[in-house]
Amino acid sequence: MSFTPDIRLFSCHYTSQQSCVGEGRELQELGFPENVRLSRVNCTGKLEEITLLKAFEDGADGVYVVGCPTDSCHNLQGSQRAAKRVEAVRQALGEMDVEPDRIRMYHLPRGLHPEFIDAAREMNQRIQEMGPSPF
Amino acid sequence: MIVAERKPLAEILEMVKDCKKILVLACRGCVTVCSAGGEREAEILASLVRLGLKKNGCRAEVIEGSLVRQCDKEYIDAIDEWQGQYDAILSTACGVGVNFIANLRPTDNVYPALNTTFFGGSAEQGVWSEQCAGCGNCVLHLTGGLCPVARCAKSLMNGPCGGSVDGHCEINPSVDCVWQMIYDRMGRLDRRQELTAAAPIRDWSTAGHGGPRKRIRDDLTV
Repeated sequence: MSFTPDIRLFSCHYTSQQSCVGEGRELQELGFPENVRLSRVNCTGKLEEITLLKAFEDGADGVYVVGCPTDSCHNLQGSQRAAKRVEAVRQALGEMDVEPDRIRMYHLPRGLHPEFIDAAREMNQRIQEMGPSPF
Repeated sequence: MIVAERKPLAEILEMVKDCKKILVLACRGCVTVCSAGGEREAEILASLVRLGLKKNGCRAEVIEGSLVRQCDKEYIDAIDEWQGQYDAILSTACGVGVNFIANLRPTDNVYPALNTTFFGGSAEQGVWSEQCAGCGNCVLHLTGGLCPVARCAKSLMNGPCGGSVDGHCEINPSVDCVWQMIYDRMGRLDRRQELTAAAPIRDWSTAGHGGPRKRIRDDLTV
């Protein structure tokens, strides 16, 4: 059964800074899914595990984090820290027999690249296939 | 510090599946320092419990609280702050804290969220290792400050076993042989000669083999 998933994206300020140009119109024109809600953070390394879990508590069907490439993070290790917190949530989901892939980490270059759109589409497709959140 | 780690989530969810109002109670003592049961971890656990119970079709209200420590009577009394808001306490303290709540709150259901593992320290971020066994009869003055009771897999008292290979323990090759470390360290300290004295047969009665231990200081009791 097809459904429109509620997907939350937490993106680093630097990776997503071009995404907000023109109030996000360019994103829409490039086909960024409307059901992906973007929250920009100064650095994904500042994201806490609880923030990711709260997104699920608030009804998200899927969550993903976009941070800098691991070898060129603006804040050196921020995106690596974020990846570890995403992994902790993935493990917790697994412990509850929930698909770990409901949360993912992406490392993307700075600026508005096709990969930024591709990641959103990939998550959208992935969560649609999984179905609504079991929470 | 006392080092602990969260129990598997399935085990925790099974404990509290019939509870309707759960107080996840953090401890700001050792388990905060070892990132197992402080306020941050309790907040995460409360969220996981809410999600897990909901997924399993259970409805429960989960709130969070914390105490300065859960191993002192004066702080346990502060649980009164949440009176009426819980029918079970899920403690993220070490086993001492859970016992203290059970001792001092006769009608409160209390469940452990952690497995208490050892007395240890953190030499690098995110890594803890056992350093002391709390055996009640310290021999560190004889061994250059390195404990053979806690850090030798066999708690040997007179040097390494035959399984020590290239400075590593035969039980777990990723563990340094503490007796090799003692030997090397005593050499650096020019005290190696002290190791030639045979350690006498050890009295383990101080190590809890005679039941729970208690220490009373008359000068502090009132």
